[in-house]
Amino acid sequence: MALPVSDGRSLPGPPLAYNSDLERLEIELLLEGVFRHYGFDFRSYAFASIRRRLWKRVEGEGLHTVSELAARILHDPDAMERLLLDLSVNVTAMFRDPSFYQEFRDRVVPLLRTYPFIRIWHAGCSTGEEVFSMAILLEEEGLYDRARLYATDINDVVLQRARQGIFPLDRMQEYTENYIRAGGKQSFSKYYTAKYDGAIFKPELTRNIVFSQHNLVTDRSFSEFNVIFCRNVLIYFDKALQNRVHSLFYDSLVMFGVLALGSKESLKFSQYEPCYEKLSPTEKLYRKVR
Amino acid sequence: MDLTGVGYDIAVVGTSWGGLAALRQLVAGMPTTFGMALVLVQHRHKDSDHLLRVLLQERTELRVCEVEDKMPIEHGGVYVAPPDYHTLVEPGHFSLSTDAPVRYSRPSIDVTFSSAADAYGHRTVGIVLTGANADGSMGLRRISDRGGMALVQDPATAESPTMPAAAVLTVPRARVMPLTGIIDYLAGLPAGEPEREGA
Repeated sequence: MALPVSDGRSLPGPPLAYNSDLERLEIELLLEGVFRHYGFDFRSYAFASIRRRLWKRVEGEGLHTVSELAARILHDPDAMERLLLDLSVNVTAMFRDPSFYQEFRDRVVPLLRTYPFIRIWHAGCSTGEEVFSMAILLEEEGLYDRARLYATDINDVVLQRARQGIFPLDRMQEYTENYIRAGGKQSFSKYYTAKYDGAIFKPELTRNIVFSQHNLVTDRSFSEFNVIFCRNVLIYFDKALQNRVHSLFYDSLVMFGVLALGSKESLKFSQYEPCYEKLSPTEKLYRKVR
Repeated sequence: MDLTGVGYDIAVVGTSWGGLAALRQLVAGMPTTFGMALVLVQHRHKDSDHLLRVLLQERTELRVCEVEDKMPIEHGGVYVAPPDYHTLVEPGHFSLSTDAPVRYSRPSIDVTFSSAADAYGHRTVGIVLTGANADGSMGLRRISDRGGMALVQDPATAESPTMPAAAVLTVPRARVMPLTGIIDYLAGLPAGEPEREGA
């Protein structure tokens, strides 16, 4: 049987004749090795996604099996850096799902106005698109000066990028459209300066953002929040880990605090559903009620 | 997971241009006793709403849902891949991903097909319908190579022949037939016994 050729058109994935039980064992051994040697715990990540990402790295390293990849990353920290980027960078966009931000303005902002000080946690902030979007939204609603945004991620490299507040210039057309549909009140271009192929966002936008490394899998709660954003991060976790992280969020929210999930994520499949009520018929905005 | 029994647990369908009419015809042709999970991946704009689900639900008594993360996969359920995510099949449930588009597509048919092949092996049916690009052919090959069933709409009868033609080229073993033939064939395939996740 012919193996899929790496002509750039084939899918990253195991060779066709691969024994899937053996593959699972190799993946589990690799993740165990990464955890014990480097301390990053990906053992409870959703299997289908992590498998896809691992095979991409196998291909990227010019290797053929997950075991070969395991050997390389245990002996070569640079290879581990590359794998960490593959496994932990979540692709997102500014004002992704504009209707979500519109709904946030309509239903959550009025609640936030009743607080003298607002603490918001962006859990798994990746390269910062969402936290900058929220800073802009709060600025326009006149709430930013009494807000503190805690943007955390497991990965220090992406946090460094988030801190810089530079996003690709070629995404600005899409982000501008999103911004307008999200209820934006200004001209989006006033928030950034174009330089080379980057859009540099105004440093004032970061004045109330605290960037910090935090690992949702192993770290505990570090404060009490009025709002927690965790959009399209939990999709990479298995159900047991999702429940554990939901417990962390529950403990980290004040009573009547708001939990914001991605548009195709749901509390329905978690054990914390009874603790929240829905704030919106269309968006995944939940309010802690017990 | 036991992969030794006879019958199919899951049918995954990929389509792009011309897909709405084809999918409506397909779900209308499934009997109410249809025993597999039917997963539909249609390329569409990232901001498209629930209209696709609604238009499909109009044509069938089977329950049509838009996939959410960790939604259980049940026999007799019809599942629509949401826009702007990849839909991955795991044993007994779905996982979503926002990883980069594959060949400009998110959802990518290849990603759903190959994860279904990995999770359900020879108990998978892969179906490529009308479409204007080559997505789905590599995933269909994965299904076929894992012992699953590969069905392709006859390109000559497809509204847009590119996608089925690419699939036929990549998976020469695939059975090629017009849409009505695929509907009858799929409805007649034996379904696997419903099994609980983790069983």
